Amino acid sequence: MSPILEVDDLRVRFTTQDGVVSAVDGVSFDLAAGEVLAIVGESGSGKSVTAQTVLGLTRAPNATIEGAVRFGGKDLTALDDRELQSIRGEHIAMVFQDPMTSLNPVYRVGDQITEMIRAHRDVSRAEARDRAIELLRTVGIPNPERRVRDYPHEFSGGMRQRVMIAMALSLEPEVLIADEPTTALDVTIQAQILRLLADLNAERGLAVVLITHDLGVVAEVADRVLVMYAGQVVEDASVDDIFYDPQHPYTWGLFGSLTPLDAPQHSRLPQIGGAPPSLLSLPPGCRFAPRCPHAFEKCSQAPSLETRAATGHLDRCWLEPAQKSTLREVDGRIGLRQVVSL
Amino acid sequence: MVAVLFAISVLVFLIFNVIPNSDPAARIAGKNADPELIARVSADLGLDQPLYVQYLTMMKQIFTGQLTSYASSQNVVEQIWKGLPATLSLCIGAAVLWMVLAIWFGYLSAVHAGKFTDRALTILSLVGISVPVFWLAAILLYYLSFKAELFPTSGYVPLSRDPLDWAYHLILPWLTLAVLYVGFYSRVLRSNMLDVMNDDHVRTARAKGISERQVRIKHVLRNSMIPVVTLFGLDFGAVVGGGAILTETVFNLNGVGLYAGQAIGTLDLPPLIGVTMFGAFFIVLFNTLVDVAYAFLDPRIRIGEAAPV
Repeated sequence: MSPILEVDDLRVRFTTQDGVVSAVDGVSFDLAAGEVLAIVGESGSGKSVTAQTVLGLTRAPNATIEGAVRFGGKDLTALDDRELQSIRGEHIAMVFQDPMTSLNPVYRVGDQITEMIRAHRDVSRAEARDRAIELLRTVGIPNPERRVRDYPHEFSGGMRQRVMIAMALSLEPEVLIADEPTTALDVTIQAQILRLLADLNAERGLAVVLITHDLGVVAEVADRVLVMYAGQVVEDASVDDIFYDPQHPYTWGLFGSLTPLDAPQHSRLPQIGGAPPSLLSLPPGCRFAPRCPHAFEKCSQAPSLETRAATGHLDRCWLEPAQKSTLREVDGRIGLRQVVSL
Repeated sequence: MVAVLFAISVLVFLIFNVIPNSDPAARIAGKNADPELIARVSADLGLDQPLYVQYLTMMKQIFTGQLTSYASSQNVVEQIWKGLPATLSLCIGAAVLWMVLAIWFGYLSAVHAGKFTDRALTILSLVGISVPVFWLAAILLYYLSFKAELFPTSGYVPLSRDPLDWAYHLILPWLTLAVLYVGFYSRVLRSNMLDVMNDDHVRTARAKGISERQVRIKHVLRNSMIPVVTLFGLDFGAVVGGGAILTETVFNLNGVGLYAGQAIGTLDLPPLIGVTMFGAFFIVLFNTLVDVAYAFLDPRIRIGEAAPV
């Protein structure tokens, strides 16, 4: 099946007072209809910028955007504002990280949903309102007839995120981009929101790009995973391959950073040593090399993203796939050995 | 509200009584008056009574509408009523002008932040804030009324007599009074808008696929207006309650401000107390109105609604 959304060698740079920030550096991925693609990485890895650039939300006088975002036969990066507006919401909708601040505090939630519907469809106020109530019911908000008249501050965080999702679904888009939709929520609420997204994906064939830094979330809902580091994709594989045969040391580090439930009390929480490179001055070779305990001479050259381990599994690491299964073993789990010298 | 008015009236009364050379009896009795005459005038005006009795008498007179000026023996409340139409015409007109221009300029400035339009408007508003009212008024009068003869030099024509002539006479005063606030408000609005533009909910609005213009007006401008409305309530009350004195004086508009100006000149306590109370009343009134307006503008501070569920 041909992909509905194709991102091809996307590069986003911002000119700032301190220099040029290379936020996204050559990211490519395809999203098939009905697929859930997770983009994983720590803060500043470029995952949010990638997602927002798909909808042109990073356009700014100081931003340079290269590469292509193909949707429905068009390159979204080349569209003018008006054409882009007809894609936003209608075909590709977005849910943001912090539901506390992502809704306008001065309008009723119902009005915020109907505003979106009426921007794209020629329907009456009453019809749009009925639709909004229906949507709120779909996402599990009790008593939607009454809640539609409430303001965002009258909802809890989880409920607001449901409102955001309801809004994103209002025009039945083909693609939903969820930018860390559960980060600001309680763990129990997180599970509910993920379940909702998974159901929508299963029932409506909604393709989802899920941005997260939570591997637990990935395991729960994703079909495929992109691991991003310092503006680049360092590993791209199916969710099973990522979990059972991760190829990039950074990915190992992410697994290693998960706190095991059986860890002894008061033990130091595992982490990846060092800090991500500044996007203003990136290291010349492999960008992870300065933090990688397995780095060797070859790592001073930049590795390309290619198939090394198995078909459909891309990574950016010079290590031999055969070595990796032993190197990534730490205390019987997948992890990254601590770099002692710092 | 009552407490505030009370405090203000007491303060004005006391301040007046400690100003040197302010004894109205001595002034009324004239130069070289003998002490006996001064004492008689004092007794007439009730100035020989203890201060608190004087104060109570004065308050009673204000609220029964019997307060009369020491200098001219005119009824103060009547004089204020007579000046009210001119003052309100001036203030309301200027307020409309300054809000419209400030929103327009502030919006343009914010939308074109850093570009030529923004810089030009920034300079313009800084000039507007810095220019003294009496200077601006004099310049406008000299060039537009006296030299170019585009506008009348002064005077007030009641709205009921001739609306066109009314507006014609008021254009320059409106402009003069509005300039300061246009400058100030457009700056405030600009910085608010630039703040709000970075809010998450504006990004959400953009992701909805509504036009950039709608994003700016419905989401950015709407949310940025909240502090501006607060300022407006306070300033409008203050302008009605005394901020327009200079403008009224320069343009010879027979309003409350001009009356107050004259009373200050003659150190005439009853009109001063009257005008101060009148001004304080407006300021307090608009403060209250701002609080009410706030609840409409920002639903988060409405009280008595359901707690988050």
